[in-house]
Amino acid sequence: MRPFKYSRAQNTGNAVQTVAANTNSKFLAGGTNILDLMKEDVERPDELVDVTRLNFSQVRTVEGGANKGGVSIGGLGRNTDTANHPLVRQNFPLLTQAILAGASQQIRNMATNGGNLNQRTRCSYFYDTAMPCNKREPGSGCGALEGINRMHALFGWSNDCVAVHPSDMCVALVALDAVVKVQGTDGKERSIPFADYHRLPGNTPQKDNILNQGELITAIEIPKNNFASKSYYLKVRDRASYAFALVSVAAALEIEGNAIKNVRVAMGGVSHKPWRAVEAEKFLTGKAATEANFKAAADAEMRNAKPLEHNKFKVELGRRAIVRALTQAMKGGTNA
Amino acid sequence: MAEIGKPVSRIDGRLKVTGGAKYAAEFNQVNMAYAFPVRSTIAKGTITATDTSAAEASSGVLAVITHKNAAKLNAINPQEQWKAGIVFLGEDLPPLQDDKVYYFGQFVACVVAETYEQARSAAALLKVTYAVEKPRIDLKSELPNGYRPEKLFGEEAQINTGKTAAVLAAAAQKIEHTYTTSTENHHPMEPHASIAVWEAADKLTIYDATQGVLVTRAIAAYFLNLKPENVRVISPYVGGGFGSKGAWLHLVLAAMAARVVKRPVKLAVTRQMMATNVGRRSATIQKIALGAGFDGKLAAIRHESETYTNLSQFFEPSGLQTKVLYAAPIREITYKVAKLNVGTPTFMRAPGETPGTFALESAMDEMAYEMKIDPLEFRVSNHAAVDPMTEHPFSGNNLLECYRTGAEKFGWSNRKMQPRQTRSGRNLIGYGMATATYPAGRSSATVRVQVLINGDVKVMTAAADIGTGTYTVIAQTAADALGLPVQRIAVELGDSNLPTAPFAGGSQTTASVHPAVLAACEMLRESLMGLATTDAKSKLSGRRAEEIAYGDGKFFVRSDRSKTDSYADIMRRNSKVMMEACTTTKPVTDGGLGSPVAPCMVAPAASEENSDAKKYSFHSFGAQFAEVWIDEDLGTIRVKRFTSVQDVGRIMNEKTARSQIIGGVIFGLGAALMEATEHDHRWANPVTRTLADYHVPVNMDVPEIDVHFINKPDPHISSIGARGIGEIGITGVSAAVANAVFNATGKRIRDLPLSPDKLL
Repeated sequence: MRPFKYSRAQNTGNAVQTVAANTNSKFLAGGTNILDLMKEDVERPDELVDVTRLNFSQVRTVEGGANKGGVSIGGLGRNTDTANHPLVRQNFPLLTQAILAGASQQIRNMATNGGNLNQRTRCSYFYDTAMPCNKREPGSGCGALEGINRMHALFGWSNDCVAVHPSDMCVALVALDAVVKVQGTDGKERSIPFADYHRLPGNTPQKDNILNQGELITAIEIPKNNFASKSYYLKVRDRASYAFALVSVAAALEIEGNAIKNVRVAMGGVSHKPWRAVEAEKFLTGKAATEANFKAAADAEMRNAKPLEHNKFKVELGRRAIVRALTQAMKGGTNA
Repeated sequence: MAEIGKPVSRIDGRLKVTGGAKYAAEFNQVNMAYAFPVRSTIAKGTITATDTSAAEASSGVLAVITHKNAAKLNAINPQEQWKAGIVFLGEDLPPLQDDKVYYFGQFVACVVAETYEQARSAAALLKVTYAVEKPRIDLKSELPNGYRPEKLFGEEAQINTGKTAAVLAAAAQKIEHTYTTSTENHHPMEPHASIAVWEAADKLTIYDATQGVLVTRAIAAYFLNLKPENVRVISPYVGGGFGSKGAWLHLVLAAMAARVVKRPVKLAVTRQMMATNVGRRSATIQKIALGAGFDGKLAAIRHESETYTNLSQFFEPSGLQTKVLYAAPIREITYKVAKLNVGTPTFMRAPGETPGTFALESAMDEMAYEMKIDPLEFRVSNHAAVDPMTEHPFSGNNLLECYRTGAEKFGWSNRKMQPRQTRSGRNLIGYGMATATYPAGRSSATVRVQVLINGDVKVMTAAADIGTGTYTVIAQTAADALGLPVQRIAVELGDSNLPTAPFAGGSQTTASVHPAVLAACEMLRESLMGLATTDAKSKLSGRRAEEIAYGDGKFFVRSDRSKTDSYADIMRRNSKVMMEACTTTKPVTDGGLGSPVAPCMVAPAASEENSDAKKYSFHSFGAQFAEVWIDEDLGTIRVKRFTSVQDVGRIMNEKTARSQIIGGVIFGLGAALMEATEHDHRWANPVTRTLADYHVPVNMDVPEIDVHFINKPDPHISSIGARGIGEIGITGVSAAVANAVFNATGKRIRDLPLSPDKLL
């Protein structure tokens, strides 16, 4: 860890201005990721602006605007509080399940919602400063591309980066068409559709998302939907808890008559961003909710997977996980 | 025996949960500086330049030590090491002696600063350049350049080489399979740490997290060219070791740094360093061939083990259990070892038996299926009644009872032999079992016991309590031997100034130390009694020893319990503030895992105990049973139940003993399901360098573990009859799980860990 300046933000405007003014500064919220990264010399900010005293941690019903009637979760809300809030549990059990599938109780108690979106990949080449990593040190190369890449991406990777986004919460949020509310450096708020918030690596993997320096997540809005009774978050991992996903799937269905009226499928552990399984959704919309259709949908999505040397198993695992998650969602999301 | 055997809670438990138990890194010194090592970023090659300027200019930096300015130290000569009785507990080469790099993460420099943060941040500024050579990293491709070790723990390493071929070829039934296991790291909860304090130019005190203060003292003294008696190692509490807390190079670095800055220096090892700098269990490739007749009796066992080492002579002895288990007329056990450019392997909980029982006990299961015999029955019918290598009887062997008890408690009879027969919802359910075994070592030990003016007792020995309950169990033995409640016994451990005791390795502390505790307490009791019976003022005056019993801190006349004399009264009348006795017990079986025995100053020379030992073979045995549930679509395995039955001699404390077995089983579940240290094949760096990447079981991975003890004292190991218990719990676990996986799915996985990808 290198010496850095610490300050506590008094208000949002002041926080945004301070971080915007110093390209080598960062916000500090729950600290569950940034402090680890600083200790390992991966992140080297010379200034941290603590935003935990700012007042945007509430979960509430959206009163107006495009997502009226939906739910807004505060950027500084703690993951645990968000997962267990009645508005979230009732309206978006998928989000509750996803949050509770991540990390450990202790970490969820500290971690904030905005921080969850902005956490960095857990690629071990990113974490080890002795290794090349374009995300940590642009131009140094990607260690994982031809290294140990069992945990790495199937979709949307580039030769410059094969890392995956580690969040579970974000997989549910992208499935639920959430919108990220951001306090801009110009003092105005802007809205970013969740699917656009995180980036694919391309040749600039150092940028995980489209935020500008100093921009701060104040809230995440989830529009009203009819998925609550048929949704499921499935996480497959190397141990029963407290492990990052090999593959995870968020599935949500709205059935009308015998047909799927609306469907959302998103995947974690497979891409640089929470992966919306558009091909699977396209295939399923309007069709019957049968196992055969779930399999075909999974095939349609996984057909485009480009596995690396050690993660080939994730293609078949992903296929099966999509089918299982959709099946469980149809059963009302209970374990069976 | 009022206290021995009881489930007494840890006497140090309160200290531990309140933070009062001081661990190595917590012995902060006045004017202490901090060292942080710089580690190599290549696995093989030569340092061509070290630019220390930025680090030296960094705030708070006191010194930067590299191979250019480091003091010259002694390298260990493996032959001398063997003679001195110090066995492979670290690396042969001391740090910073030349420009050579042997593995990724090797210490290549050390920064010393006023604070930990300053040292760590300056360490990141050091620029080391290298002439890089291609590291040897792949075990399979390096084995042809490997060697066949001659000796293993002082015995012939290669047994019956080539001699089973004919028997196997002629056998009515045979199988031959290759089993592979991964490199693993110990990762005890407490990371290693050392604080070095130079008391004088040639006198050093080290606060260190170690499993053996005397071994650490011996190695530190050797490297630093000091007299062992001028080195003191203090380590009262240790947060787990599992074999990794021998004497690694960070403690030498701390001593070097302290000498350079002329201040006490603390060096705390990070979790990331623990993947390379404090030992590991090396990966193994094991080929097992079994031949049997139509009668179901084994005709031959061949166990070929291949593994790697680096900067020591240690190699994973995966064939050990194959010397002891099953009554085959001939067995061939061989080793081949490659040198790889990765962190140096060392002892890790049941070294040898952990990967070895996976291979042997998987093969036994496969053979049972081949012969269509229940795997448990197959083991029973091939049970070795005597040691198959020496033909000596076992000092105690209740393995058949372990099988029986385990089968009954677990419900083995509900198992269906044919795989894929039992389901619950989406899950396939399977049962598997395996044999557990571990040698029962016992070494010399010396114990000093003092009775204080108020009649309280203090027991002192240089043994370690690495979280196992040694403090508590010693207090129980002393309580019984002196007739006092456990609460009145204080125990001091983990200081090299205390009387000699063995390293907490090889599951031998209990077996070694307790006979000495007992002997010292008896000697002290006799001294006290002597003062009473020869004292006219005592109610015991003139009584013979046989007439006197003891309890509750006093002596009394057996025939008239109103005639008493308390220890405190005896002391007071004789104007003694303290009385002590010190005894060494020296079994002829001395395991060699301890450091050289220094006869205790006030004790008479100890006579050799258990002289019948050479007529017996000393081993513990057990049976492990697992039930697994497998979601075949997703490849996930959940161990739903586990039953472990252990024959480990007398149980000294039912609670701490149970905890040892539970801990061993959980360790085994880790090896079975998830633990693996992976290296990049280009740079030979471990990529699993944090506990996020290197998985150990979490609570949700661990089922109810049902532990049973046979609890029959071993009549030959000592008068107490207790064998060690720290390691046997892990043995056989991964085979029991893998065999259950086969029973559930019909898939035989011969490569650990059993991660989901292998079941898809």
